[in-house]
Amino acid sequence: MNEKNPTISKGVDWSLAWIYLILVTVGITAIFAVTYKEGDPIVQSFLGFKTDYSKQFYFFIASAIIGVFILLTDSKFFTATANIWYAFGIFLLLLVFPFHSSVKGTESIIRFGGFQFQPAEFCKICVCLALAKYLSRSDTEFGTTRSQLIAAAIVLFPAVLTLMQSETGLALVYFSFFIVMYREGLPSTILVVGFSLAALVVATLLVEKNTLALILTAIALLFIFFSWRVIRRKRYILFNVILVWLICVGVQRFGVPFAFKHVLKLYQVERIYSTVGKEIPAEYVAAHRKETTQKAKKTDTDYNVKQSKIAIGSGGLTGKGLLKSTQTRYGFVPEQRTDFIFDTIGEGFGFIGSVLLLGIYLLLLFRIVTIAERQRSVFSRCYAYGVASVFFFHLVINVGMAIGLAPVIGIPLPFISYGGTSLLTFSILLFILIRLDADRQMVLR
Amino acid sequence: MPVFNQSRSRIIRAIFLASFIVLIAQLFHLQVVSREYKRQADINAIFAKKIYPSRGIIFDRKNKAILNNILMYDLMVTPSEVKAIDTNYFCQLMEIDTAEFRKRIRVAIVKNKAFRPSVFEELLTPQKYARMEENMWRFNNGFFLQPRPVRLYPFNAAAHILGYINEVDTSIINRSNGFYESGDYAGRTGLEQYYEKVLRGQKGTELWIKDNFNRLVGHYQNGIFDTTAVAGRNLRTYIDVELQQLAEKLLTNKVGAIVAIEPKTGGILAMASAPDYNPNDLTGSSKQKNYSKMLLDVSTPLYNRAIKGQYPAGSTYKPLGALIGLDEGVITPESGYPCHGAYLECTRPVKCLEKWAGHAADLRLAVAHSCNAFFSSTIRKTIDNPKYHNPRIGLTRWKEYCNAFGYGHKLGVDIPNENGGNIPDTTAYDKEYRGQWNSCTMTGGGLGIGQDKMLVTPLQIANAICIVANKGYYYLPHFVRAIDDENEEDTSLVNKFRKKHDVLTHISDIAYETVISGMQDVTEIGTARGITKIPGINVCAKTGTAQNKRVLDKKVVELKDHSLFVCFAPREDPKIAISVIIENGGYGATWAGPMAYLLIEKYLTDSLRADRQKEADRIAAADLMPSYLTREQYKADSTRAYEWFKMTKDSSYIDKYTYEKVEVPFIPEKKSPAPPKKKSDIQYMVIIDDKSSRKKNHSVPS
Repeated sequence: MNEKNPTISKGVDWSLAWIYLILVTVGITAIFAVTYKEGDPIVQSFLGFKTDYSKQFYFFIASAIIGVFILLTDSKFFTATANIWYAFGIFLLLLVFPFHSSVKGTESIIRFGGFQFQPAEFCKICVCLALAKYLSRSDTEFGTTRSQLIAAAIVLFPAVLTLMQSETGLALVYFSFFIVMYREGLPSTILVVGFSLAALVVATLLVEKNTLALILTAIALLFIFFSWRVIRRKRYILFNVILVWLICVGVQRFGVPFAFKHVLKLYQVERIYSTVGKEIPAEYVAAHRKETTQKAKKTDTDYNVKQSKIAIGSGGLTGKGLLKSTQTRYGFVPEQRTDFIFDTIGEGFGFIGSVLLLGIYLLLLFRIVTIAERQRSVFSRCYAYGVASVFFFHLVINVGMAIGLAPVIGIPLPFISYGGTSLLTFSILLFILIRLDADRQMVLR
Repeated sequence: MPVFNQSRSRIIRAIFLASFIVLIAQLFHLQVVSREYKRQADINAIFAKKIYPSRGIIFDRKNKAILNNILMYDLMVTPSEVKAIDTNYFCQLMEIDTAEFRKRIRVAIVKNKAFRPSVFEELLTPQKYARMEENMWRFNNGFFLQPRPVRLYPFNAAAHILGYINEVDTSIINRSNGFYESGDYAGRTGLEQYYEKVLRGQKGTELWIKDNFNRLVGHYQNGIFDTTAVAGRNLRTYIDVELQQLAEKLLTNKVGAIVAIEPKTGGILAMASAPDYNPNDLTGSSKQKNYSKMLLDVSTPLYNRAIKGQYPAGSTYKPLGALIGLDEGVITPESGYPCHGAYLECTRPVKCLEKWAGHAADLRLAVAHSCNAFFSSTIRKTIDNPKYHNPRIGLTRWKEYCNAFGYGHKLGVDIPNENGGNIPDTTAYDKEYRGQWNSCTMTGGGLGIGQDKMLVTPLQIANAICIVANKGYYYLPHFVRAIDDENEEDTSLVNKFRKKHDVLTHISDIAYETVISGMQDVTEIGTARGITKIPGINVCAKTGTAQNKRVLDKKVVELKDHSLFVCFAPREDPKIAISVIIENGGYGATWAGPMAYLLIEKYLTDSLRADRQKEADRIAAADLMPSYLTREQYKADSTRAYEWFKMTKDSSYIDKYTYEKVEVPFIPEKKSPAPPKKKSDIQYMVIIDDKSSRKKNHSVPS
């Protein structure tokens, strides 16, 4: 291939390509380990397009072909068409509303022929391109609040649409783009405030209401006490402290309960509580009286996380071996091929295998960040950070939910989870990055 | 502008790294630190399938299998796989209706989940099995027949000895240190229980991998952790199954017990208790029904009278009394007693059945004619022995002798639930007479003639006579001669049966010879001389007849006498010792004696002469069931029906007793056959030896 078309390989970052290959291979092996039944002829079933691993194999070939096509295109194409892609992505998302087919409770899938297509997955590429495009515009002053709001809107509009399709997990992915914005100059205070709010919400879940209010008050009073001298000179600090205290207590007393009662669905509340390992307070269940038909889901979610932890935990240090797993091979963990594929690695290859896999991912992320930093073009850099952010979010949440650290919001593990759309999306994301990186020596865009 | 933020790439990397470290820390906790998840995974995914060994077989002394294992079949159903079958035809074959069919499927799903096979009907009758086997191809979707080993008793005999097996209950599971699990079978009485550890073998386990629906998908690790089942070991017993069958046949329609022991080894040759049951009734498909029926029967067929029934020893005690007196030196073989029909030295006279002079001229004659006065005098002398100057010491000495003869305590036979009988000691009399008693107290009550507070089991009587036959030693009576592939644990279980007990060998040979001669005289000139002899065999015996009373309908009723007989043979080389007790059977020589003779003949000559065969049939045909049982059964049934009515308001049972006014006649007449059964029911009894031989004895010169 190199000889026929030397322009393809020129400047290609081969380390990324190798990591990509390794991860896809691991993925197909893991799916094989889950679905292979003793006695099946391996070669035939690999080529037969009947089993999941065979399908994933063909998805990989399709991704590779598309990847080659991407490498053949001019990198300017992506800069030029970024906004069109965004429009197209939003269009597809809107198309879901009249044409979706209900599969497994989600409303985000379009069917044509024998194939299913999930625009919400695909739209990540569009948003990544569009955000990069907007941030790299020469007349964008990202320091201004206005442009920050526009960037946030670019990211959050598809997120809202995805949320409307009951795909909470995929919607949350869009929040990862704030990492890109941070890199491009979003004030750190926003990050700090964001983290503090998150910490406050988690604290609300864990600590009893009145106790938490007392703790917050105590912190505020202590702060006032120790900075009394300063406050005497600058009164507005006192007002700020009181304001922050009011907001905190407000969020804790009214904000979170309101969200849990009226914004989130009961099963989502259940998942969140199941993650922190606590019973749902009765008042939240009572607020969702109408949904009590979904009561059974609670045990489901608990069961998933419990079985997943058992599967991973039973792997031990070195694991049981590829086809010798008991938990993942015999259907104890639901959604084994897709959302909980990490269990297969955890049980089959143990702690060592899991850490090795996470190491490969970390290598991928660091490599992407390195690549991002060596770009001359802002577009390429922003795009690279976008890719890294999306991968990072998927990784942390997916592995986190498998080991009981994150709520169960079904999002796939990049390159490894079974699923055509997700493999294609991640492949395209990566190949576009490789293409852009290959042209890094070109003029600034 | 972007250049200013270059340092932020480091912060972003730090965030990435930190998140991964958190993930890895949690992984470390789950996979390396915590053992809990590994354990949970095994509970989840590994199913230990039990492999049942076949239970050991029990053989008789001629190596005939008294019980055996056969395969019966359970009809199993996997509810989720039941489809497209002809339910109507199925129900027709199984003799159920479709409602019952649906109910059983529902129960199976509730109990065991739809994906796993459950029992649809256990232990199919041979007819149903044949029908289902033939038509199984129609019902292959969801149904299959599962073989299950079940006990079979080819001789239909020895139910009380063998016991039965049944599903273990919680208390057995808790006591077994995890050996049994729910659904296992274990011996519940008899040899099956006593030798449970030998017979049960070693259960095997196969580890199977199961999936989330509990379906078994394959061997775990190709079966390297599996253990194979080890079959139970066989028991070789002393039982002579033909003798056992004869004993059971003779007891047909009677209440009583027979025990036959080989004196030289203590091996039990036969042990029958009546009423009994066919052991095959407690295996197979209708075992539960039969068991409940027997539980409700007031004649208690499940009760083994041979080891649990406690009776007054009556005159069968007299040879022992004589030996004790001789050894204590209070009488000599030449001692006599001038009896004229009663013992009158105490305030309460003890009547004797013989009035003619000289029937107790010496010890031998006193035994032969069973003189009550002679033996009352002997026990008084024993208790008031001048050696001790104190009746308390005398009584204690006497009790020690009795205990040495095996009376007053459990012998320790190798079937469970034995009763120990009773030999009174000083505390018993102190309690009753507030310390104010002397040798006349118990003599007047009849202790010298095996009565008063003395209670013994048929097994103890037989064992005591073994000691007499052996002239002082005995082996604990037991059934099992050998265990196949005996191991150390088995040896410790049976060792006590191999130990010779030289309890009374210090009694002089002259004393034994005198008493044994007296016992031989019983069959020749004494109370049992009317029984047809066996040519060439000298039988030594002692008859006994026990008066007994019982409370029936709130009145004390005197019932027909118990018939007792104890003997051993041949005199020169004792090979068999037998005790027979027939409740309400009349005189000792009427029923019990002839039975013992038939058993001796059967055992020693291996067959019965033709006329003896007829005699056996005659005895077997005699119905000596006490008539009060009918009345008691009626009372028990109607009371139960009333309780049932109170509980459920279902009058279908009580109606039978309320409206039909069934009159169950009961004539409380002494001569009408009727016996007591339980210890608590026996009020007290007076022993009067053979009245039938009284007149005849007049013609015998003294």
